[in-house]
Order: sequence, then C-alpha cells, then structure tokens
Amino acid sequence: MPRGTVRREVRIAVPAEEAWALVGAPERLPEWFPGITEAAVDGDSRVITMRSGLPMPEQIVTCDPILRRFQYRITAPVVVEHLSSIDVFDLGPDSCLVSYSCDADPATMALIIGGAAGNALEHLRDLLEGRA
Amino acid sequence: MGRKILFVTTDQQRHDTLGCYGGQVARTPVIDGVAEAGVRFDRAVPQSVVCMPSRSTILTGQHPTTHGVWMNGVPLPDDAPSVADVLHDAGYRTALIGKAHFEPFLDPFQRFTENAMGTDTRPPGGVHRGFEHLEFATHGALGPTHYARWLATEHPEAVGGFYAVLDHALQVNAAGGGDSGAPQVHVNPIEKGWYHTDWVADRTIGWLDSLDADDDWFCWMSFPDPHHPWDPPQSEMGRVDWHDLDLPAGYPEHAADRERILDAKPRHWRLWYDGSLVSNYEAPAEWVPASLTADQVREVNARNAIECELIDEALGRVLAAIEARGWVDDVDIIFTTDHGELQGDFGLLFKGPYHVDGLMRLPLVWRPAPSTTVAPAVVSSPVGLVDLAATFCGIAGVDVPEWVEGTALPLTDEAAAARSGRVLTEWDSELFGVGVHLRTITRAGWVCTAYLPGTVHDGSEGELYDLEHDPLQQVNLWDDPARRALRDELLDDLWSAQTVPHDPRLQLQAPV
Repeated sequence: MPRGTVRREVRIAVPAEEAWALVGAPERLPEWFPGITEAAVDGDSRVITMRSGLPMPEQIVTCDPILRRFQYRITAPVVVEHLSSIDVFDLGPDSCLVSYSCDADPATMALIIGGAAGNALEHLRDLLEGRA
Repeated sequence: MGRKILFVTTDQQRHDTLGCYGGQVARTPVIDGVAEAGVRFDRAVPQSVVCMPSRSTILTGQHPTTHGVWMNGVPLPDDAPSVADVLHDAGYRTALIGKAHFEPFLDPFQRFTENAMGTDTRPPGGVHRGFEHLEFATHGALGPTHYARWLATEHPEAVGGFYAVLDHALQVNAAGGGDSGAPQVHVNPIEKGWYHTDWVADRTIGWLDSLDADDDWFCWMSFPDPHHPWDPPQSEMGRVDWHDLDLPAGYPEHAADRERILDAKPRHWRLWYDGSLVSNYEAPAEWVPASLTADQVREVNARNAIECELIDEALGRVLAAIEARGWVDDVDIIFTTDHGELQGDFGLLFKGPYHVDGLMRLPLVWRPAPSTTVAPAVVSSPVGLVDLAATFCGIAGVDVPEWVEGTALPLTDEAAAARSGRVLTEWDSELFGVGVHLRTITRAGWVCTAYLPGTVHDGSEGELYDLEHDPLQQVNLWDDPARRALRDELLDDLWSAQTVPHDPRLQLQAPV
C-alpha cells in the first residue's frame, strides 16, 4: 500500500469565521501547530520549519475563504505525492468543525503528518476556546 | 534508608531465551542467578504485546483500556499517573536509562520530550513522568536519542554499521541479510563496547556512581535488545553458530503442518502468513511470512541469543557496580520485558494480534533485597506486568495509589491463591482502514481470546488453548463443544473484568 490517507477533526465552540481567520492564514501556522516554529510565505510557496530545525517546502494549492478550505502540498522529495486539506465547516452561530485530511505516498507519511495534525487541531480548539 | 530498586527490562524477549526458563541456546548465568536467589514467575503475561501500551502499563499500573495507549504511536499523556512519580515524591532518586517509548519515535516536529531533550539528561521542569534523570537509546544509531548522539560524536564511523530499521518508504524494513537472508538480520561491524547494550549498562553505572551512599533509588535500566533488527556486533557472532541450532518446537517445519494449524485460528493469522493482510505497523509490510525458511529461523534465533547473552553480561557489570557500592543487601532486582517475539512459532516472526505464548509468556524474575530474607520460589499462577507498579510501591513502603489496577506480585503460589487468578491482555489496531481487536484472559491453565468485530472478524471468532496439554497453542478449542461451558465461563470473567475506557479516546499520532 504505497498511498495512505488520514483524517482528523475537532469541533470548536467558536464561529466558523473565527476559526478560518487562523486556519486560512498560512503564515500563522506556528501559532496553532505544535512543533512548527516558523512559516515563511511567498506567493503560493510556504516553507515551514520544524522544531528539529528541518525545513519543509510546500506549495499552497487552495486558500478559499468562501469554501473555507486550505490545501497544500509538500514539495520536498521526502514524499512521492502529498495533499493535505483543512476544512472549516459552519455548525451554527458559535460552533464549527475543523477537519484536517492528509493523503500521502508513502503511506507512513500520512500517519506522521495526520497524526501531528490531530494534536494540532486539539491545540487549535484550546486556543480558540481560550483554554490554551 | 530503604530498599533500592533496579528494574531491568529488555524489549521483545521470549521467556524461553533464558536458561532459568529452560532456554538451551543463550547462556544467561547472571539472570539465572537472580532467579535462583529470588522468585521466578512461570506465567507472566503482558497487558499488550506491543511496546508503548505495555510500557505504559508498567509505568501506570493500569490496563491499556484505562491509560488509553491502545497501540504504538498513541502517546501516553504527560499527566498520566506514574509509579516513578510516586517513588520520586517519596524521596527516591529516579532514572530511566535506555528505551523509554511512552511517546512516538517518528516525530520530526519534536513534539515529545523523549525526542526533544537533546543532550540534556535532566528533563524540562526537573522531572518527566517521575524520572529526574533520562538517557535514551533505541534500536540503532539514528534519531534524537542520547545514544545516537553519543555514537555520532564519539564513534561516527560506527553509525552506518547498523541495520536501517525503516526503509525508504518509512515502513518497517523487510530487507534481509546475514547468511540466510532473513528479514531484519544484518552484519554490524560495530565494536562490542560501542553497542547500545553496553552503553545502557555504562550509563546506568555512571548514574548509580553519582548517587550518595544512603540515597534510595529507583533505576529503570531498559535494554533495546533483543528486539529486531538482529544486528549484534559481528565480533560476537562466534558465540552461537546458527548452523548448529535445532529448530524451535513452535516451528512446524513442513508448510502443510503450519498451514493446517493456522487455518484453525481466526482468519487474520493465515491472511498475514500468506501476505494478504497487513493489519498493523509492527512487522515489515513487504515481508510475507510464508517465505520464511528453516535456516532463517535458525539464524534469527542465534542472533537473538547472542543479544540475550550481551544483555546478561551487561547486567552482570551493573550488579558488580552495585556490589562495589556496598548496596547489595538493600537492592531489589526485577527483570522482565515488555512483550515477546514469535521467533519462528507457526512460521511467523515479529509480533502482531496473536495472543499466544511467543508474545504472551514473558520472563519475570524478582530477587527481593537480601535483607528481607525472602525464600526463593517459583510462582506458577499467572501474574501481569500491570502488577509491577504496586510491587514497586510495596518495596518502597509507600501506599499503592488508588489509580493502580494491579496488585503486588505474590512471593509464593500460596500467596497467589488470594488473587483473582486472571490476567487480561488486549489488542486494538487500526491501520488504513484495517481494524483488529482482541480481548484475552489467561487463567488457571487456559488462555481464551475473544475477537471484537473488525475488518476480517465478525465478532464470533475466538481462540481457546489448554496451556498444560497444548503448550505450543496449536489446537484451537474455541469451537469444541466439550469446552463450551469452560469457554463461556472464561468469557464471563473476561468481560466482567474489563476496565473503564480512557475518555476521551486517545488518537494515534504517529506510526510508532
């Protein structure tokens, strides 16, 4: 199985617009993703730096404020293919669902990214709900 | 001044690799001597047959359902209860040296303390999970462990000699080596003194030497071996010639016999053997067990035995250091492992959702401090790794916290009679759409496993083995009408003893 898919989601007690303001701003990733220390954005390119010091170049594929969807690809040779999608769903005036889907080849990379993203979503929830 | 505790674990070691359990290949005089002077547990059972859940059980004294670490890659929460915390709060100096693995290895974000300590040996905040001193090692020389950093600094030429545990796709490597081409076998030219087994012993001795004579201490010395890869120092290969080894009793040499036995078990056994199902990350995904040859089994067993001998000798050096400090009379020694290894049983290697003796019958010996004058004994009643936390508390003379689910290890079978007599084991894996879930009870000479609904199970499957008359678990009595009443009674006990699941359910955060 060369390709793997992982999805994580979290329900957050804030309006969808409030969650999107953070999730849809690619340079603000270090604020809510533990282990990412920097995010440098230049057009549709983003380079994140992990706490280990390892840089990771990415291509921003989608940043749609109407759909509230953010997608990016890792462009480093560590992956054959990768696409991660973050979606913010409106669940009402004070509630939204944020999902993070990661598809990758090799499959194990989906577990690594998707697994860390699950933890990041919990951190995002705590941040937005004022618990962090 | 109280009793001191040397807690020694290995990784993925079968009970029958030790002389004191009847092992015929490795020479293990040090551990055998500890067993002879103390209590040897003949039926010690893990609560999970993979590392992170099992190690979390040791630390918390809880079953995996309770502490929530249901598979490798699920981190034990930082605020989970820890018996090391209890001992530290009671004034014990505490250290863990070697393989921890309460937190995932594959962590490029370095979100976990085990991967983010750099060269520091004192954790952030002074204590992590109750340990004031941490020095990590794992299988090989890569990653952010203290051992990897030490080797890269002191002996960089040796780093490349280890087997690559993961392949280019970050899967557990299936590449074969040695003489037979067995998976995870590799010729490692490293000098013996630089290998992680000796390093763990050296660092343990170094920490013990740093203590005051009247300190009480709890030292978890955790060897990464004999877990695969089987790449011990090449200089030691003369200890055991694999050509000379008999095949293990659990390995039916004829494929037809292996397949007949497997076909009587729930279907995931045969599906994995044939290479039709990969349900977890605990064995090479690209390796097909049906391809395993008799010579490969021999070579794996020889290399495993060599690793066991190196551990035995390393433990001997640590015990000599303890003796030199004048501590012998006040030191309790407990030796065990986190889970076993199939090592050729049924034609399989590694580990997985297979609750049989290869993975479930563990070495466990406890030599109480000689000052306690406990009589040597063999305890045949089942005990669990879940019982260790309460045992440590008892040794230290502190109350067992209410969150501990185990009870202190009995020193005799008579003492064991007052216990429930049951030990529970569980397996839950979910990997890319494939789910496997087992619940097992070991009690009074029987082991009974029920399968919950999953990808290849409908929830009606199970295994029932008579440990006395079928020590290799080759005859599944689950569907035997004559055993139906026994099976139902064991299942009633199994289900009634389940613990309350961790809430919320913890998420898988990495493959391992």
